[in-house]
Amino acid sequence: MKKAIATPDKTVALAGNPNVGKSTVFNGLTGLRQHTGNWSGKTVETAEGLCRYSKETIRLVDLPGTYSLATHSPEEEVAREFLCLGDWDTVVILCDACCLERNLTLVLQILEITPHAIVCLNLIDEAARRGIRVLPEALAERLGVPVLAISAKSKADLRRLTQTMEGNPDNPAPPILMRYPLAVEAAITKAETFLGNIANGKLSRRWIALQLLTEEETDLCELLRLTDEVTAEMLTLREELREAGYTAELLRDIRAELAVQRAQELAEGVTRHHGRKSSEVDRRLDRILTGKPWCFAVMLALLLIVFYLTIRLSNYPSQWLSSLFAWGQNLLTELFFRIGAPPWLHGLLVLGVYRTLGWVISVMLPPMMIFFPLFTLLEEAGYLPRIAFNLDRPFCKCNACGKQALTMCMGFGCNAVGVTGCRIIDSKRERLLAILTNAFVPCNGKFPALIALLTLFFIGSASGVMGNLLSAALLTLLILLSLAATLAVTKLLSLTLLRGEPSAFTLELPPYRRPQVGRVILRSILDRSLLVLGRAAAVAAPAGAVIWLLGNLTVGELSLLAHLSALLDPIGRVIGLDGVILTAFLLGLPANEIVIPIMLMAYSSNATLVEATSVSQMGEVFAANGWTPVTGICVILFFLFHWPCSTTLLTVRRETKSIPLTLLAALLPTAVGCLLCGLIAAIAG
Amino acid sequence: MEEIVTLNRLAPGEWGEIAEVRAGTGIRRRLTDLGLIAGTRVVCLAVSPLGGLSAYRIRGAVIAIRHKDCCEITLRRRWGEYNEKSNRDTR
Repeated sequence: MKKAIATPDKTVALAGNPNVGKSTVFNGLTGLRQHTGNWSGKTVETAEGLCRYSKETIRLVDLPGTYSLATHSPEEEVAREFLCLGDWDTVVILCDACCLERNLTLVLQILEITPHAIVCLNLIDEAARRGIRVLPEALAERLGVPVLAISAKSKADLRRLTQTMEGNPDNPAPPILMRYPLAVEAAITKAETFLGNIANGKLSRRWIALQLLTEEETDLCELLRLTDEVTAEMLTLREELREAGYTAELLRDIRAELAVQRAQELAEGVTRHHGRKSSEVDRRLDRILTGKPWCFAVMLALLLIVFYLTIRLSNYPSQWLSSLFAWGQNLLTELFFRIGAPPWLHGLLVLGVYRTLGWVISVMLPPMMIFFPLFTLLEEAGYLPRIAFNLDRPFCKCNACGKQALTMCMGFGCNAVGVTGCRIIDSKRERLLAILTNAFVPCNGKFPALIALLTLFFIGSASGVMGNLLSAALLTLLILLSLAATLAVTKLLSLTLLRGEPSAFTLELPPYRRPQVGRVILRSILDRSLLVLGRAAAVAAPAGAVIWLLGNLTVGELSLLAHLSALLDPIGRVIGLDGVILTAFLLGLPANEIVIPIMLMAYSSNATLVEATSVSQMGEVFAANGWTPVTGICVILFFLFHWPCSTTLLTVRRETKSIPLTLLAALLPTAVGCLLCGLIAAIAG
Repeated sequence: MEEIVTLNRLAPGEWGEIAEVRAGTGIRRRLTDLGLIAGTRVVCLAVSPLGGLSAYRIRGAVIAIRHKDCCEITLRRRWGEYNEKSNRDTR
């Protein structure tokens, strides 16, 4: 979140259904890059940004996407709370013009709260392509607030929106759009008189009355500083309504359904359909992408392609970066030598901190810069919710949420990103399931090492396209294994610690959209790659210093690193590893990328991270230290299943606000890894 | 002759009008938010390849619902080509 630099002249809240392009509008207006995606519920925190047009600075608050304000999901609570209690001047309600009817439900609910609103019909160009014409003037007349038809991609359209936001839309007497049964209306009128002068600038008194009659509104009572007398009157009115048959429960149902019915009438009045049904193309695509027998083949193929491209294309930039950092290291060494710095300082800062940092960046950045854009392309195109649709059943069987398939996909990029993404899951129990099992899918940081190990132990001399394809295929196999482990552990958790029925699950399958390639690449590099890299670098630097110290401080004949390895050796042997491997995994806590370099460093009794010039050279070092194929398999499995990196653990702690749960998130994959490796070691034993 | 079926029994291509939404409060509210109330026309578009949930067109949007969540939602089967527009005349 960006800090507000200038004092804003006014605050505008941006509300809307999930997946209507809210984030695109937000980015377009503020220039602040916030991630957008083509699936429901992406914005889970309110984001803020400043937007300057001509004379005024507007603070823009992006509320979580919600279908309605009548239910009580966490997103809705945030949105409703902000509208009720927040400090804002205007609400912009963004609608998807292709699907106006459903969007109008939320519009009606918000207009019931306040008339200080602007309705914005986004994706108007897409609607036109689909043969849907919406009449903004007619809608504006019926709603009594300004209505703008825009395409969020158009700069001119956004400028019109800013202009409308700056002008103070004055809606003195908004039409009452939702009329309730007579008894309820009578109670509202009475309540309004009791409320008398009690008012809050933005909130409509009718709504306050209605809310006090139907909901337990302690926050609202506090905000309005209601006297005990008024509160008592409200209770009497509620009691009267209940006697007339209108229980609070029924009233809430009536409110929710009325909004839907009015929305339908309004939409019918202001929408014209013509031409052939363009959703035909979507259905045809869906038949392939979500229908037997092709859907699983397509899913696997896409997975394979994404990994193949990531592996193939990231080799070169990795090498360039690595030689760039090596060149920098020489330069720095020379500099330290010139100024006469003591060797330990040079060691700690250059060989420790700089080398580790450069290492992490050169192995981590290129794959991320390829993986994230590819992933984002699939996301923008609308394919990811289809994965959740295809794979829901196993998750349902594990009493989990189908959206967990999506957070797992994010986990492939980065487990920390995946854990944060679990917020798209509404039920707390199911969200915890997804958070605790996210580290079971291998993140980008594990891929280079996994591939190197696979190449070493399974592919051998096969090279070129064949070798790449084979390693991609083996990697896919490992991924399938990680999916199986995720499901098994999810099931286990849902039978033991996190017992419970799966909650109601609805998943929107948005229309397929042509992704904007240029923007996707830019944004995913900016948003995801650099963010993750920043976090990784922040832990890699101090870890570099620690590793250097361990490698260089000696007790007796041996370095601390050697002592530590010797200490851990008996434990490592039990699970088919050795002390050095286990030490490397422990020290690799900040980033999985440095595990193998630490191994090489320890084996060669070197004092700094060691780069293998080739896979075969790496193999020689390992073979010289007693690695067998069984060791190889165990290391691969342990790589797949061990404690998550520190960034992920910190994220889990932030999301669960619980240290025991964070420890559990570390313990679960470790236990599975130890179990598998122990089994293999025992069988091969 | 009217045929009443539950939503989960609808095969791809079949459609009808919701007669009654019987479901736990949580799922009922959620479905109401999405516009699924008595009288709404719903067409089944696809069943998940692994089963267990189907995708329905509800008021212009495609929503997937698990069968166990909609096995108590009844609807009146309609025949012929699905027609979304006249949601209203049946209410």
